Amino acid sequence: MSARDWDSHPPYIHEGYKSTALRGPTKPLVPLPHTLSERTGPVYGHECLGPDDADLTLNSRKTGEPLGERIVVSGRVLDGNGKPVPDTLLEIWQANASGRYNHAVDQHDAPLDPNFLGAGRCVTDADGVYRFHTIKPGAYPWGNHPNAWRPNHIHFSLFGPTIASRLVTQMYFPGDPLLALDPIFRGVPEGARDRLVSSLDLGVTEPDFALGYRFDIVLAGRGETPMED
Amino acid sequence: MSSKQTPSQTVGPFFAYGMTPEQYGYDFASIAGATVEGIEDSAAVTVEGHVFDGAGTVIGDAVIEIWQADTEGRYNHPNDQRSSNQAFKGFARWGTGTDPENRFVFRTVKPGPVDSEQAPHINVIVFMRGMPNHAYTRLYFPDEVVANAKDPVLMSIPEERRGTLLAEKIERDGGVVYRFDIHMQGAAETVFFDV
Ligand SMILES: [Fe+2]
Repeated sequence: MSARDWDSHPPYIHEGYKSTALRGPTKPLVPLPHTLSERTGPVYGHECLGPDDADLTLNSRKTGEPLGERIVVSGRVLDGNGKPVPDTLLEIWQANASGRYNHAVDQHDAPLDPNFLGAGRCVTDADGVYRFHTIKPGAYPWGNHPNAWRPNHIHFSLFGPTIASRLVTQMYFPGDPLLALDPIFRGVPEGARDRLVSSLDLGVTEPDFALGYRFDIVLAGRGETPMED
Repeated sequence: MSSKQTPSQTVGPFFAYGMTPEQYGYDFASIAGATVEGIEDSAAVTVEGHVFDGAGTVIGDAVIEIWQADTEGRYNHPNDQRSSNQAFKGFARWGTGTDPENRFVFRTVKPGPVDSEQAPHINVIVFMRGMPNHAYTRLYFPDEVVANAKDPVLMSIPEERRGTLLAEKIERDGGVVYRFDIHMQGAAETVFFDV
């Protein structure tokens, strides 16, 4: 009945990530049979995109190119049956190369980049493939515990076919030594953690221009169509 | 063949320019705001509330999404084959960080019943810093006493917790406001669903 496989997701409350203590539900979730409400969801496709939305190195330029290491992030979005999810919206946001978010709440003393906002969006093609150009985000400190630093990461938000497939997650980079120390990453069941780590992929890399990282995403639920069920 | 799901992670404290850029004053278009696109002004109502943590403190860095049917109970989605109201988007998204009282405040319409069993409801998805997974709940309407009493989802919930899904109806400045507070924990913990 549940679309979410709870062996794949972090618990709502876990000790290492302090803010979860007062914010996660404490009572068991109530099972919800999928009615029309759960078999539908917001539809945002190519019509909601601006021309440079998928290129974060372009979409906020004021005086020139943003600083940092140019990268390509690409992958496929799949449903629970392993079928590609076409025409679905991805929204991403991230810190700049210095590990600074362009956000009033971010007090980290690292420079903002006037040419980089750090937000982008993209819609998958007919094969479920998405592709972003961006700058590799830097690590940044946070207040969870003394000397706590987040590994390099990019935040992702996806709708998928219905509200049952909704996913917000974070993509990490291979070989990052901070992963072993990060309570947010380590809140994920051990066997599922590597699904959040992208892989360096020369097939995604654009020669003489930008390294490529591959990050495939599997959503909850099966892409129900009006024909099935 | 089944594939293994990508784990969820928190939206974190800095979702504003990714998810709600216009609301927070960024020079980047939002896909959706506080007003559900395509509603008729004459039928518009306000849906608002606070999100509280387990200490009863109002949460100022949550983001709320609503997904709902139109006044005739139709979703704008290919799985609802009755859908003919293409202007009605059915979706809105708002962060709790810009209102002086840290409320979410939506402008929408009261949905019609989506099928013959369920009472009118709005699907609500809650995200915040400090929550590794989003949480699903539903808003039901206090002026639907008869339909609510037959709703299979409401009836599946222990009676003492059903009230957490009922909005409060308020008349304000000649308009209708449905007030729906979300309690993440505590005696009044909102019912959250395993969707
Ligand atoms: Fe982050």
